[in-house]
Amino acid sequence: MRIGILITHIRAEEKLLISAFQARGIEPDIILDRDLNFDVIAGSGQLAPSGVAWSEYDVVMERSVSTSRGLYALALLNSWGIATINRYDTASICADKLRTTIALAQAGVPQPSTRVAFDPDSAMKAIGDLGYPAVLKPVTGSWGRLLARVNDSDSAEAIIEHRQTLGDYNHHTYYVQSYINKPGRDIRAFVVGDRTICAIYRTSPHWITNTARGGQASNCPVTPELNDLCIRAAQAVGGGILAIDVLEDADGQLLINEINHTMEFRNSSAPTGVDIPTEVVNHALNTIGVTA
Amino acid sequence: MTTPHCPECDAEISIPANAMENELISCPDCGTELEIISLNPITLDLAPEVEEDWGE
Repeated sequence: MRIGILITHIRAEEKLLISAFQARGIEPDIILDRDLNFDVIAGSGQLAPSGVAWSEYDVVMERSVSTSRGLYALALLNSWGIATINRYDTASICADKLRTTIALAQAGVPQPSTRVAFDPDSAMKAIGDLGYPAVLKPVTGSWGRLLARVNDSDSAEAIIEHRQTLGDYNHHTYYVQSYINKPGRDIRAFVVGDRTICAIYRTSPHWITNTARGGQASNCPVTPELNDLCIRAAQAVGGGILAIDVLEDADGQLLINEINHTMEFRNSSAPTGVDIPTEVVNHALNTIGVTA
Repeated sequence: MTTPHCPECDAEISIPANAMENELISCPDCGTELEIISLNPITLDLAPEVEEDWGE
Protein backbone atom coordinates (compact mmCIF):
# COMPACT_ATOMS: atom_id res chain seq x y z
CA MET A 1 0.00 0.00 0.00
CA ARG A 2 1.26 3.46 -0.83
CA ILE A 3 -0.02 6.71 0.64
CA GLY A 4 1.02 10.20 -0.43
CA ILE A 5 0.59 13.42 1.52
CA LEU A 6 0.71 16.55 -0.59
CA ILE A 7 1.96 19.50 1.42
CA THR A 8 3.25 23.04 1.07
CA HIS A 9 5.31 22.54 4.21
CA ILE A 10 4.95 20.59 7.41
CA ARG A 11 2.82 22.22 10.09
CA ALA A 12 1.55 20.73 13.32
CA GLU A 13 -1.38 19.08 11.52
CA GLU A 14 0.76 17.33 8.92
CA LYS A 15 3.14 16.09 11.60
CA LEU A 16 0.22 14.66 13.58
CA LEU A 17 -1.18 12.97 10.47
CA ILE A 18 2.19 11.45 9.59
CA SER A 19 2.49 10.11 13.14
CA ALA A 20 -1.00 8.65 12.92
CA PHE A 21 -0.12 6.87 9.67
CA GLN A 22 3.08 5.57 11.27
CA ALA A 23 1.04 4.27 14.20
CA ARG A 24 -0.83 2.15 11.63
CA GLY A 25 2.48 0.88 10.29
CA ILE A 26 2.44 3.07 7.19
CA GLU A 27 5.18 5.47 6.15
CA PRO A 28 3.51 7.98 3.84
CA ASP A 29 5.42 9.67 1.02
CA ILE A 30 5.72 13.40 1.57
CA ILE A 31 5.16 15.29 -1.68
CA LEU A 32 5.95 18.99 -1.72
CA ASP A 33 3.63 21.04 -3.91
CA ARG A 34 6.56 23.28 -4.84
CA ASP A 35 8.15 20.25 -6.56
CA LEU A 36 5.11 19.41 -8.69
CA ASN A 37 5.78 19.45 -12.42
CA PHE A 38 2.93 17.65 -14.11
CA ASP A 39 2.78 16.59 -17.72
CA VAL A 40 -0.90 17.31 -17.98
CA ILE A 41 -1.39 15.10 -21.03
CA ALA A 42 0.75 12.10 -20.11
CA GLY A 43 -1.41 10.63 -17.36
CA SER A 44 -0.83 8.71 -14.18
CA GLY A 45 2.18 6.68 -15.30
CA GLN A 46 4.50 9.66 -14.88
CA LEU A 47 6.59 9.95 -11.77
CA ALA A 48 5.59 12.04 -8.78
CA PRO A 49 8.36 14.10 -7.12
CA SER A 50 8.74 11.16 -4.74
CA GLY A 51 10.10 9.09 -7.65
CA VAL A 52 7.06 6.84 -7.62
CA ALA A 53 4.51 6.76 -10.44
CA TRP A 54 1.34 8.57 -9.46
CA SER A 55 -0.60 5.45 -10.43
CA GLU A 56 1.12 3.57 -7.59
CA TYR A 57 -0.63 5.63 -4.94
CA ASP A 58 -3.68 4.10 -3.33
CA VAL A 59 -4.69 7.49 -2.02
CA VAL A 60 -3.17 10.96 -1.89
CA MET A 61 -4.13 13.17 1.03
CA GLU A 62 -4.11 16.82 -0.03
CA ARG A 63 -2.84 19.04 2.78
CA SER A 64 -1.49 22.00 0.81
CA VAL A 65 -1.87 25.32 2.56
CA SER A 66 -1.86 26.77 -0.94
CA THR A 67 -5.43 26.43 -2.13
CA SER A 68 -4.63 26.87 -5.82
CA ARG A 69 -1.85 24.28 -5.83
CA GLY A 70 -3.99 21.82 -3.91
CA LEU A 71 -7.01 22.25 -6.14
CA TYR A 72 -5.14 21.85 -9.42
CA ALA A 73 -3.28 18.82 -8.09
CA LEU A 74 -6.59 17.25 -7.05
CA ALA A 75 -8.10 18.03 -10.46
CA LEU A 76 -5.24 16.27 -12.23
CA LEU A 77 -5.05 13.29 -9.90
CA ASN A 78 -8.79 12.69 -9.97
CA SER A 79 -8.81 13.00 -13.76
CA TRP A 80 -6.32 10.14 -13.78
CA GLY A 81 -8.49 8.05 -11.49
CA ILE A 82 -6.29 8.44 -8.43
CA ALA A 83 -8.16 8.51 -5.14
CA THR A 84 -7.65 11.66 -3.09
CA ILE A 85 -8.79 13.10 0.19
CA ASN A 86 -10.65 15.27 -0.36
CA ARG A 87 -11.87 14.86 -3.90
CA TYR A 88 -11.57 17.77 -6.29
CA ASP A 89 -15.32 18.17 -6.64
CA THR A 90 -15.71 18.71 -2.92
CA ALA A 91 -12.60 20.83 -2.45
CA SER A 92 -13.42 23.16 -5.30
CA ILE A 93 -16.86 23.88 -3.86
CA CYS A 94 -15.48 24.47 -0.36
CA ALA A 95 -12.75 26.76 -1.68
CA ASP A 96 -15.39 29.09 -3.10
CA LYS A 97 -17.84 30.66 -0.65
CA LEU A 98 -20.40 31.39 -3.34
CA ARG A 99 -20.36 27.84 -4.67
CA THR A 100 -20.66 26.59 -1.08
CA THR A 101 -23.69 28.80 -0.54
CA ILE A 102 -25.25 27.50 -3.75
CA ALA A 103 -24.65 23.88 -2.72
CA LEU A 104 -26.11 24.45 0.74
CA ALA A 105 -29.12 26.25 -0.74
CA GLN A 106 -29.76 23.38 -3.14
CA ALA A 107 -29.70 20.97 -0.20
CA GLY A 108 -31.94 23.15 1.94
CA VAL A 109 -29.30 23.56 4.65
CA PRO A 110 -29.83 26.68 6.81
CA GLN A 111 -27.29 29.47 6.33
CA PRO A 112 -27.20 33.26 6.66
CA SER A 113 -29.04 35.28 4.03
CA THR A 114 -26.58 35.85 1.21
CA ARG A 115 -26.48 38.01 -1.89
CA VAL A 116 -23.92 38.44 -4.63
CA ALA A 117 -23.33 41.37 -6.98
CA PHE A 118 -20.64 42.31 -9.47
CA ASP A 119 -20.90 46.06 -9.77
CA PRO A 120 -20.32 48.71 -7.07
CA ASP A 121 -23.82 50.18 -7.31
CA SER A 122 -25.39 46.74 -7.31
CA ALA A 123 -23.20 45.77 -4.35
CA MET A 124 -24.47 48.79 -2.40
CA LYS A 125 -28.01 47.73 -3.21
CA ALA A 126 -27.28 44.12 -2.20
CA ILE A 127 -25.99 45.25 1.18
CA GLY A 128 -28.97 47.56 1.62
CA ASP A 129 -31.32 44.72 0.72
CA LEU A 130 -29.82 42.58 3.49
CA GLY A 131 -29.69 45.46 5.96
CA TYR A 132 -26.92 46.77 8.17
CA PRO A 133 -24.76 45.40 9.65
CA ALA A 134 -23.74 43.00 6.93
CA VAL A 135 -20.55 41.06 6.22
CA LEU A 136 -18.57 41.40 3.00
CA LYS A 137 -16.31 38.47 2.23
CA PRO A 138 -13.96 37.59 -0.57
CA VAL A 139 -15.36 34.49 -2.31
CA THR A 140 -11.98 32.81 -1.87
CA GLY A 141 -9.67 33.13 1.09
CA SER A 142 -9.31 31.82 4.58
CA TRP A 143 -8.23 32.56 8.15
CA GLY A 144 -10.65 35.46 8.34
CA ARG A 145 -8.66 37.57 5.91
CA LEU A 146 -10.37 40.62 4.42
CA LEU A 147 -13.70 39.98 6.09
CA ALA A 148 -15.48 43.25 6.70
CA ARG A 149 -18.43 43.93 8.98
CA VAL A 150 -20.21 46.77 7.27
CA ASN A 151 -22.14 48.84 9.79
CA ASP A 152 -23.48 51.62 7.55
CA SER A 153 -23.58 52.86 3.98
CA ASP A 154 -20.54 55.11 4.47
CA SER A 155 -18.32 52.16 5.33
CA ALA A 156 -19.92 50.08 2.58
CA GLU A 157 -19.00 52.73 0.00
CA ALA A 158 -15.46 52.93 1.31
CA ILE A 159 -14.88 49.18 1.31
CA ILE A 160 -16.37 48.75 -2.14
CA GLU A 161 -14.27 51.59 -3.56
CA HIS A 162 -11.13 50.09 -2.03
CA ARG A 163 -11.89 46.65 -3.40
CA GLN A 164 -12.78 48.04 -6.79
CA THR A 165 -9.58 50.12 -6.95
CA LEU A 166 -7.02 47.96 -5.16
CA GLY A 167 -8.27 44.43 -5.62
CA ASP A 168 -7.95 42.12 -8.56
CA TYR A 169 -11.05 40.79 -10.31
CA ASN A 170 -11.67 38.29 -7.52
CA HIS A 171 -12.44 41.20 -5.22
CA HIS A 172 -14.96 42.61 -7.67
CA THR A 173 -17.34 39.80 -6.83
CA TYR A 174 -19.29 41.20 -3.90
CA TYR A 175 -20.43 38.33 -1.71
CA VAL A 176 -22.36 39.68 1.23
CA GLN A 177 -24.16 38.01 4.11
CA SER A 178 -26.40 39.15 6.91
CA TYR A 179 -24.41 39.71 10.07
CA ILE A 180 -25.35 37.07 12.63
CA ASN A 181 -25.28 38.41 16.16
CA LYS A 182 -23.72 35.30 17.62
CA PRO A 183 -23.09 34.84 21.36
CA GLY A 184 -19.37 35.71 21.36
CA ARG A 185 -18.50 32.39 19.80
CA ASP A 186 -19.07 30.15 16.86
CA ILE A 187 -18.78 26.39 16.42
CA ARG A 188 -16.14 24.51 14.44
CA ALA A 189 -17.35 20.96 13.82
CA PHE A 190 -15.16 18.21 12.39
CA VAL A 191 -16.84 15.83 9.99
CA VAL A 192 -15.05 12.66 8.99
CA GLY A 193 -17.06 10.65 6.49
CA ASP A 194 -20.56 10.27 7.84
CA ARG A 195 -19.82 11.34 11.43
CA THR A 196 -19.31 14.59 13.26
CA ILE A 197 -16.44 13.32 15.39
CA CYS A 198 -16.18 16.39 17.63
CA ALA A 199 -16.66 20.13 17.75
CA ILE A 200 -15.22 23.15 19.48
CA TYR A 201 -16.54 26.53 20.44
CA ARG A 202 -14.30 29.33 19.22
CA THR A 203 -14.75 32.17 21.66
CA SER A 204 -13.48 35.67 21.05
CA PRO A 205 -14.39 39.24 21.99
CA HIS A 206 -13.85 40.00 18.29
CA TRP A 207 -16.62 39.17 15.84
CA ILE A 208 -14.08 37.12 13.83
CA THR A 209 -13.57 34.02 15.94
CA ASN A 210 -11.04 32.02 13.89
CA THR A 211 -8.40 30.42 16.10
CA ALA A 212 -5.89 31.79 13.56
CA ARG A 213 -7.10 35.19 14.77
CA GLY A 214 -6.98 34.42 18.48
CA GLY A 215 -10.28 32.63 19.10
CA GLN A 216 -10.07 30.30 22.12
CA ALA A 217 -11.04 26.67 21.64
CA SER A 218 -13.22 24.75 24.10
CA ASN A 219 -15.27 21.60 23.79
CA CYS A 220 -18.68 21.84 22.14
CA PRO A 221 -20.92 18.81 22.69
CA VAL A 222 -22.01 17.20 19.43
CA THR A 223 -25.76 17.13 19.85
CA PRO A 224 -27.95 15.14 17.46
CA GLU A 225 -29.08 18.49 16.00
CA LEU A 226 -25.50 19.66 15.38
CA ASN A 227 -24.47 16.29 13.98
CA ASP A 228 -27.46 16.15 11.63
CA LEU A 229 -26.86 19.69 10.37
CA CYS A 230 -23.15 19.13 9.79
CA ILE A 231 -23.65 15.83 7.98
CA ARG A 232 -26.24 17.45 5.73
CA ALA A 233 -23.82 20.30 5.04
CA ALA A 234 -20.97 17.91 4.32
CA GLN A 235 -23.11 15.84 1.99
CA ALA A 236 -24.23 19.01 0.19
CA VAL A 237 -20.63 19.67 -0.88
CA GLY A 238 -19.84 16.06 -1.69
CA GLY A 239 -18.61 14.74 1.65
CA GLY A 240 -15.16 13.84 2.92
CA ILE A 241 -13.04 15.20 5.74
CA LEU A 242 -14.34 18.66 6.45
CA ALA A 243 -14.33 21.38 9.09
CA ILE A 244 -17.68 23.08 9.25
CA ASP A 245 -18.17 26.51 10.78
CA VAL A 246 -21.55 26.96 12.40
CA LEU A 247 -23.15 30.13 13.73
CA GLU A 248 -25.78 30.34 16.46
CA ASP A 249 -28.24 33.15 15.79
CA ALA A 250 -30.11 35.13 18.44
CA ASP A 251 -32.91 32.54 18.44
CA GLY A 252 -30.47 29.68 18.91
CA GLN A 253 -30.89 28.40 15.36
CA LEU A 254 -27.78 26.86 13.86
CA LEU A 255 -26.58 28.21 10.51
CA ILE A 256 -23.75 26.94 8.34
CA ASN A 257 -21.18 29.65 7.77
CA GLU A 258 -18.31 28.01 5.88
CA ILE A 259 -16.90 24.59 5.05
CA ASN A 260 -13.15 23.98 4.97
CA HIS A 261 -11.60 21.15 2.97
CA THR A 262 -8.04 21.14 4.41
CA MET A 263 -8.94 21.55 8.04
CA GLU A 264 -6.64 22.72 10.77
CA PHE A 265 -7.12 20.91 14.06
CA ARG A 266 -3.99 21.38 16.16
CA ASN A 267 -5.95 23.15 18.92
CA SER A 268 -8.97 20.89 18.86
CA SER A 269 -7.94 17.40 20.00
CA ALA A 270 -7.07 18.53 23.53
CA PRO A 271 -10.36 20.29 24.40
CA THR A 272 -12.52 17.63 22.74
CA GLY A 273 -10.58 14.57 23.87
CA VAL A 274 -10.90 13.19 20.35
CA ASP A 275 -7.79 12.02 18.52
CA ILE A 276 -8.60 13.87 15.31
CA PRO A 277 -5.55 12.81 13.26
CA THR A 278 -6.16 9.15 14.07
CA GLU A 279 -9.81 9.50 13.07
CA VAL A 280 -8.74 11.12 9.80
CA VAL A 281 -6.16 8.45 9.03
CA ASN A 282 -8.54 5.62 9.89
CA HIS A 283 -11.10 7.11 7.54
CA ALA A 284 -8.53 7.54 4.79
CA LEU A 285 -7.53 3.91 5.11
CA ASN A 286 -11.15 2.76 5.25
CA THR A 287 -11.80 4.48 1.93
CA ILE A 288 -9.22 2.21 0.31
CA GLY A 289 -10.46 -0.88 2.06
CA VAL A 290 -7.92 -1.05 4.90
CA THR A 291 -9.69 -1.57 8.20
CA ALA A 292 -8.23 -1.13 11.67
CA MET B 1 27.34 19.26 14.89
CA THR B 2 27.17 22.97 14.10
CA THR B 3 24.41 24.81 15.87
CA PRO B 4 22.10 26.38 13.31
CA HIS B 5 21.40 30.08 13.41
CA CYS B 6 18.40 32.12 12.45
CA PRO B 7 18.99 33.53 8.96
CA GLU B 8 17.16 36.69 10.03
CA CYS B 9 18.68 37.60 13.42
CA ASP B 10 21.51 35.07 13.79
CA ALA B 11 20.16 33.67 17.07
CA GLU B 12 21.04 30.07 17.85
CA ILE B 13 18.17 27.74 17.01
CA SER B 14 17.47 24.55 18.90
CA ILE B 15 16.09 21.90 16.56
CA PRO B 16 13.58 19.52 18.17
CA ALA B 17 14.61 15.87 18.22
CA ASN B 18 11.56 14.86 16.17
CA ALA B 19 11.99 17.64 13.62
CA MET B 20 11.22 16.88 9.98
CA GLU B 21 12.45 18.35 6.74
CA ASN B 22 10.15 21.11 5.48
CA GLU B 23 8.77 21.66 8.96
CA LEU B 24 8.05 25.21 10.04
CA ILE B 25 9.59 26.47 13.27
CA SER B 26 9.83 29.90 14.86
CA CYS B 27 12.98 31.69 15.92
CA PRO B 28 12.70 32.11 19.72
CA ASP B 29 14.48 35.46 19.55
CA CYS B 30 12.96 37.37 16.65
CA GLY B 31 9.86 35.27 16.03
CA THR B 32 10.59 34.84 12.34
CA GLU B 33 9.00 31.75 10.85
CA LEU B 34 11.64 29.41 9.46
CA GLU B 35 11.58 26.27 7.37
CA ILE B 36 13.92 23.35 8.01
CA ILE B 37 15.25 22.82 4.50
CA SER B 38 17.55 19.96 5.46
CA LEU B 39 18.24 17.90 8.57
CA ASN B 40 21.64 16.61 7.50
CA PRO B 41 23.27 19.05 7.58
CA ILE B 42 20.73 21.24 9.33
CA THR B 43 19.81 24.06 7.00
CA LEU B 44 17.28 26.74 7.79
CA ASP B 45 15.71 29.30 5.53
CA LEU B 46 13.03 31.92 5.92
CA ALA B 47 9.60 30.35 5.53
CA PRO B 48 7.72 31.54 2.47
CA GLU B 49 5.51 34.57 2.93
CA VAL B 50 1.81 33.85 3.36
CA GLU B 51 0.07 34.16 0.01
CA GLU B 52 -3.46 35.29 -0.67
CA ASP B 53 -4.70 31.78 -1.41
CA TRP B 54 -3.28 30.18 1.72
CA GLY B 55 -5.68 28.76 4.22
CA GLU B 56 -7.89 25.83 5.11
